[in-house]
Amino acid sequence: MKNPKDFWAGVIYLGMGVATVAIAREYPMGTAVKMGPAYFPTVLGGLLCLIGLVSLIRSFFTSGEAIGAFALKGVSLIAASVVLFGLLARGAGLVPALGVLVVCSAYASIQFRWKSAMLLAAGLIVFCALVFIKLLGVPLPLLGPWLGV
Amino acid sequence: MELLANLGLGLETAFTLTNLLYCLVGVFLGTAIGVLPGLGPVATIAMLLPVTFGLPPVSSLIMLAGIYYGAQYGGSTTAILVNLPGESSSVVTALDGYQMARQGHAGKALATAAIGSFFAGTVATFLLALFAPPLAELALKFGPAEYFSLMVLGLVASVVLAHGSLLHALGMILIGLILGLVGTDVNSGMERYTFEMPQLADGIGFVVVAMGMFGLGEIIRNLEHEATRSVTIKAVSGLLPTKEDLKRIAAPILRGTGLGSLLGILPGGGAMLASFAAYSFEKKVSKNSAQFGKGAIEGVAAPEAANNAGAQTSFIPMLTLGIPSNPVMALMIGAMIIQGIQPGPSVMTEQPALFWGVIVSMWIGNVFLIVLNLPMIGLWVRMITVPYHLLYPAILVFCAIGVFSLNNSEFDVYLMALFGVLGYVFAKLDCEPAPMLLGFILGPMMEEYLRRAMLLSRGDPTVFVTRPISAVMLAMAVAALFVVLSPAIQKKREEAFQEEE
Repeated sequence: MKNPKDFWAGVIYLGMGVATVAIAREYPMGTAVKMGPAYFPTVLGGLLCLIGLVSLIRSFFTSGEAIGAFALKGVSLIAASVVLFGLLARGAGLVPALGVLVVCSAYASIQFRWKSAMLLAAGLIVFCALVFIKLLGVPLPLLGPWLGV
Repeated sequence: MELLANLGLGLETAFTLTNLLYCLVGVFLGTAIGVLPGLGPVATIAMLLPVTFGLPPVSSLIMLAGIYYGAQYGGSTTAILVNLPGESSSVVTALDGYQMARQGHAGKALATAAIGSFFAGTVATFLLALFAPPLAELALKFGPAEYFSLMVLGLVASVVLAHGSLLHALGMILIGLILGLVGTDVNSGMERYTFEMPQLADGIGFVVVAMGMFGLGEIIRNLEHEATRSVTIKAVSGLLPTKEDLKRIAAPILRGTGLGSLLGILPGGGAMLASFAAYSFEKKVSKNSAQFGKGAIEGVAAPEAANNAGAQTSFIPMLTLGIPSNPVMALMIGAMIIQGIQPGPSVMTEQPALFWGVIVSMWIGNVFLIVLNLPMIGLWVRMITVPYHLLYPAILVFCAIGVFSLNNSEFDVYLMALFGVLGYVFAKLDCEPAPMLLGFILGPMMEEYLRRAMLLSRGDPTVFVTRPISAVMLAMAVAALFVVLSPAIQKKREEAFQEEE
């Protein structure tokens, strides 16, 4: 393999293409005149498999740059902070959910400082409570039932 | 004159107090978020979309359009002042604009950008008013076969004109098309690819995809190359260009407007291609070509005029055919669908007030842009200097609450996180998210038109090549693919996009 980017993109295409076609087999195919729910996805999935194969084959003949290091810290912290927000929002309320989201995501930066992150969280909580909860009426409690409120 | 009557109707719609206000708010918010480094128009619009959902359709589209050119202009401000273009279309503005700023002419560069944008916006608005009706009339004759072929052409053209690998662009389009099919099939009522999750029965929200791929994915990518530099900007002074400056920029603005308007209409075109083409063209024809890259005022005027013209004329295929020519228009179409408007040629005949109101409001938006931007430059400068490590948690907060409030569902928040990770992985593999978003919006429409076309032709697939308009469009799509695949052009294309980087 001389072109890792093409190779892994090909793997993703092929994987998704095969999965698309495989899942579509559970749906009725229909005919060309009266297409069933499986028809179009099967065609698309087939095409995606084709693209994936071409990309895989190409990766052995053309050379390309290596894939840069995966920013695992950034990816996991950003994704985790957003997921935590979703988990906490209803139960614990907007205030703790936003606090966790801001501090956890800010931690991904090399310039992270506890003080500035806390201040930022406080400012954003006040702003969001006013704009989203009071003004736009997003149905989230400020402090949720988990906190005994 | 029918045109005058139509524009009159548009004026009536756009000049109500509420719509003027929404236009102003849109332009203001768009600029405010657009100037933030690292946030392009797609992310800006995706972030602000939820705000517009509660408005009536006309107001929401007017506001979204305002956000769009606000964000576009805000990106240019950042490009000129700190050499951090937030979006690809202001990359070329940064070349000469930043040099001008370093030489102490930041004010002049900003004014040039504003004047160029305003002139181009005015011309493009008139072009839109002139060309949209005949195109919509033509489109009313389209059957499902024509629509299907048109979408194929649109997708292929977006691939050809996008940068990066052709193969990966095709792959991303297909992934987008497939993701677009998730949810209940309208014809059979069957749930597809929902993995028995009720939250997926209505499909994946396009705001979720856009915010995840463009918002979160971008943040993760920016954090990777996080620099510890702090941005400092000198006070901006000398906003008014001299008479001599005006003379120098007149011709470049005209040329930029012409080129930009033309390229904006093309599927896959829009602001990025327009500004890039205008810059290289101006470099070739200008008397001062030696100065380009060293702070030539022409090098700011031409691409700025072009990107605004292109941004505006890319509304033509969107409003008349219902076909998005770039990711921003894909978002607009998504917004229209949420408002209960089926984008396409019928919008003009069935909702003339909306159609012409939006067009007229674009011109008003351009007036606001110039009125708002030059005096408020101090505020924008302060926004630019917000360090990134304080900025991105705030972006995440708005994305998270925004996505949650779409359906008041945590599920969408988790899905956004997933698409953020996915966006980062694809970026690592040099696969661009923009074609995916186009495919995602077009997926369900394409399937529907394909079904109808085949039903009408009784299963005869030759219908796509025996109907003349459809055949021409497919032939153009095939020709475009062959042109890009030919080795000579491929080399040129690589050079062209390299120059842009």
